Amino acid sequence: MAYTARKIPFVGTPDTNPETKPFFQGADAGKLMVRRCTSCKKTHYYPRELCPFCFGACEWHEASGKAKIYTFSVMERANPPYAIGYVTLEEGPSVLTNFVDCDFKALKIGQDVKVTFVKTEDGGPSLPFFAPA
Amino acid sequence: MSLKGAAYIAGAWEHPTRKAPDKSIALLHAECAKGALEDAGLTKDDVDGYFCAGDAPGGLGPLSMVDYMNLKCRHVDSTDVGGSSYQVAVGHAMEAIAAGRCNVALITLSGRPRSEGQATGTAPRPGNPAAPEMQFEYPYGPATANLYGMCAARHMYEYGTTSEQLAWIKVAASHHAQYNPNAMLRDVVTVEDVVNSPMVSTPLHRLDCCVISDGGGALILTKPEIAKSLKRPLVKVIGVGESPKHQAGGDIDLTYTAARWSGPPAWAMAGIKPSDIKYASIYDSFTITVLMQLEDLGFCEKGQGGKFVADGNLISGVGKLPFNTDGGGLCSNHPANRGGITKIIEAVRQLRGEAHPSVQVPNCDLAIAHGTGGALGTRHCGSTVILERE
Repeated sequence: MAYTARKIPFVGTPDTNPETKPFFQGADAGKLMVRRCTSCKKTHYYPRELCPFCFGACEWHEASGKAKIYTFSVMERANPPYAIGYVTLEEGPSVLTNFVDCDFKALKIGQDVKVTFVKTEDGGPSLPFFAPA
Repeated sequence: MSLKGAAYIAGAWEHPTRKAPDKSIALLHAECAKGALEDAGLTKDDVDGYFCAGDAPGGLGPLSMVDYMNLKCRHVDSTDVGGSSYQVAVGHAMEAIAAGRCNVALITLSGRPRSEGQATGTAPRPGNPAAPEMQFEYPYGPATANLYGMCAARHMYEYGTTSEQLAWIKVAASHHAQYNPNAMLRDVVTVEDVVNSPMVSTPLHRLDCCVISDGGGALILTKPEIAKSLKRPLVKVIGVGESPKHQAGGDIDLTYTAARWSGPPAWAMAGIKPSDIKYASIYDSFTITVLMQLEDLGFCEKGQGGKFVADGNLISGVGKLPFNTDGGGLCSNHPANRGGITKIIEAVRQLRGEAHPSVQVPNCDLAIAHGTGGALGTRHCGSTVILERE
């Protein structure tokens, strides 16, 4: 079952939640931006201003974009079908995403994947997607 | 002070409808309230506490419904944690009764997703973009079926769970549903029927999913003195627990549910263990939901759920743990896309000896009703209620 591009919806705008705007600006520039705590040094996801592990202050970092598939489910009932899953970033946190540019039947948990960016519909921001490495 | 036994379930009523295009959601709530009060032998004027969740129309928690039903309440609560809200409400009602804030608590649930044509499991539902996760999740198409599919896939990867083992859960539900005249799906199915039904979202097939139905239910909780003055069999609340589970900042583990945390305080309050339970109502939005919750509640070791549910072990009269003897959400009813209250209602039927004779558990004196609300794949609440026939 081959990947077929679908329209990617977005809700609100990158300004809706002001503190996460740099994530979308980064994605538009082809960068996966994540937050890392200056106190406990842990990287988290989805991005927050305050560290969800210790409420410490965080800074933006560009992630390597390398990840492994934690799990996935191919939504065969959808038209076109799509593959949703979590990937675990090299930096630690697991991230909800879709898989693109691949044969869905060949996807495997534990597989190495890399980030790529896809524009959302109606002029929305780009978002990180993942493809086999 | 333990709250064990501080409240009794004096009334329980499930709406018989599964499709109600000609009734408002408010009317369905009121019909359920009326049914549960009549079941208890109480009247509307006896109610002084009202509990509802997000399915109650109006948007300001309980306000529209207490107005519509013209209730005079001293206490209200509208904690909304999806389908698990009603187990949570039982716990909160027991606390309120113990604290003297109300004597007769009414809990209602109703909805009509079937009449409204909701594609409950397969259509991602956009929410308020100000919800902090929304812009990081909704674009990827999270629908109920794939959020549970991801859990099933990881469970299979870590523990070798199979589609055939999951199918046994549906098979057991269908064996029970054949005796429920109100059930949406009354045909007994086989493991082959389940695994050969169309794939919805891997690895979950159509028959791994619950029904989409209209309807509802209601419960009446009272303080012990009132319950004992009524004519119905006594069903005592002896254990409650509630806990949310979420993505933990990206530290994701989809192989277990919040039952791991809601179960222990409920078992501790009740002073019993899983092997004491005669009947189990287990939230069944999908087959995988049941399997994971059974593990997390301690009915079997983690990872052994597949073996536990296989070969009819959940079928009343056949296996060791009769579950969802009304057919559950998988076959009978999932009103408002929230199956928590029907789980409690069937547990009450079993404890009263009022389940269908073909599925009634003999000498049923201890039962559990566990709920899950939200989505196992992102964030959800688990809520556990343990009941005893006195």
